[in-house]
Amino acid sequence: MFGPYATFIVGSYAVVAGVIGALIVWVAWDHRRQTATLRELEASGVTRRSARGKTAAP
Amino acid sequence: MAVIDLANPTRFLKLVERVLPWLALATAVTLAIGLQQSLAAPDDYQQGATVKIMFIHVPNAWLAMFVWGVMSLSALGTLVWRHPLADVSAQAAAPLGAAFTFLALVTGSLWGRPMWGTYWEWDARMTSVLVLFVMYLGLIALWRAVEDPARAARAAAILTLVGAINLPIIKFSVDWWNTLHQPASVLRAGGPALDNAFLIPLLTMGVAFSLLFVTLHLAAMRNEILRRRIRSLRMMQAAQGAA
Amino acid sequence: MSALAALLRRDIRVALRVGGGALIGMLFFLTVVVLMPFALGPDLALLRRLGPAILWLGAMLASLLTLDRLFLADSEDGSLDLLVMSRTPLELTCATKAVAHWLTAGVPLIVITPALGLLLNLDLLATAAVALTLIAGTPALTFTGMIGAALAVTLHRGGLLLAVIVVPLSIPVLIFGVAASTAAITGPLSFGTPFSILCALSLASFVIGPFAAAACLRQRMD
Repeated sequence: MFGPYATFIVGSYAVVAGVIGALIVWVAWDHRRQTATLRELEASGVTRRSARGKTAAP
Repeated sequence: MAVIDLANPTRFLKLVERVLPWLALATAVTLAIGLQQSLAAPDDYQQGATVKIMFIHVPNAWLAMFVWGVMSLSALGTLVWRHPLADVSAQAAAPLGAAFTFLALVTGSLWGRPMWGTYWEWDARMTSVLVLFVMYLGLIALWRAVEDPARAARAAAILTLVGAINLPIIKFSVDWWNTLHQPASVLRAGGPALDNAFLIPLLTMGVAFSLLFVTLHLAAMRNEILRRRIRSLRMMQAAQGAA
Repeated sequence: MSALAALLRRDIRVALRVGGGALIGMLFFLTVVVLMPFALGPDLALLRRLGPAILWLGAMLASLLTLDRLFLADSEDGSLDLLVMSRTPLELTCATKAVAHWLTAGVPLIVITPALGLLLNLDLLATAAVALTLIAGTPALTFTGMIGAALAVTLHRGGLLLAVIVVPLSIPVLIFGVAASTAAITGPLSFGTPFSILCALSLASFVIGPFAAAACLRQRMD
């Protein structure tokens, strides 16, 4: 439908979609991994100073 | 909420959580409208259907430069105000900028093949974007070379500002070099007199890609803040273990 | 002022001493130029046409390779910390160190250019043009490269990272350096235009380089 250069047009849209899709997937996956690690750390008792004050006074 | 409140990463994270879904939605809607408009756009009398590549090439090229601008502002924030979020913003923006620059190069090359007959032409604009891409990669290499994010941030900020000063000079030099070696022979649409049939989809796509960048940038900044939090927790854990 | 003069004298003396490595850049320049005919073939006409470009590339690579010495030795023996803390403005200190580096690493490159021009079949006028553009352009390479050297010493990373950072910033100098030499040899462009832009690039780098390098070195302290 795009004339003789359809490969180039579809190809460029496909490359853009691929790279941006990869970016979105990477950001989402990274977020999931970081929150999981953070939860793990907090579950094992390592907390930040700001969060600690309520439970145990040093 | 004042800008100074955003210096608190926890508050920033809360704000991001609230804003991000709406931004993503706006991006998706604008992108859908833009794609529909670019599909419906007529063929150019000179370039035929290949003009459709313009609708994704130009927004990427615009973002390639815009992201360096965002990083320069963040660099000022890092060096002048020592704003903790500025470091995070600059670090999160660099890979995104590199990706957009890469896309501008690839789409430009795919657009050039039917127009010029080769995938790569040492055309002034393409060459400048290629140099920009190399500079993005150098900046990312600098970020990755150092463990401590705060130290890397200041070094990267200086390099970003030096790059911001040098980029116009490089652009001018490459333009000059190009006219020296080959007078511009290929006619390209994209001058100031762009017909509305092309301008409206192009602007929509520009807005859509800008929204996409803002969304991804905020999400990547959130990840980076979490990563740094984990890093400091790990160091605290190690310090407690040693004590 | 006397502090800066003392620094200049010291840097030059250290560079010329055994192990200072001022002349290694010259040797590298010679090696690059000798290598070219093996890659391109011993075609004198071709070498003559590419001569200015080869000389400029060789000089640029040679000055790039010697750059990481600019702050590294001082950082290793601790004198860099003293320089940063001293009362002399750090920008001036950086500029002085760059001048000393240019005198010991840049000038030798220009000195052997006539000999190398002979190897590349360049005539007297062409060699003079290349040498003149190198005189105007190599300070820009040193002062721009100084930013990379300061970053490298701040981050304790040198070598390739420095090259990757500095090369894109030196592209304008290369463009106008080669263009001015070619203009002097073959025309049709006048020599003056690219040459004055080359000088302008050098002058701009005199301002940007010391300030950026000093900013890097200050970050190193805290």
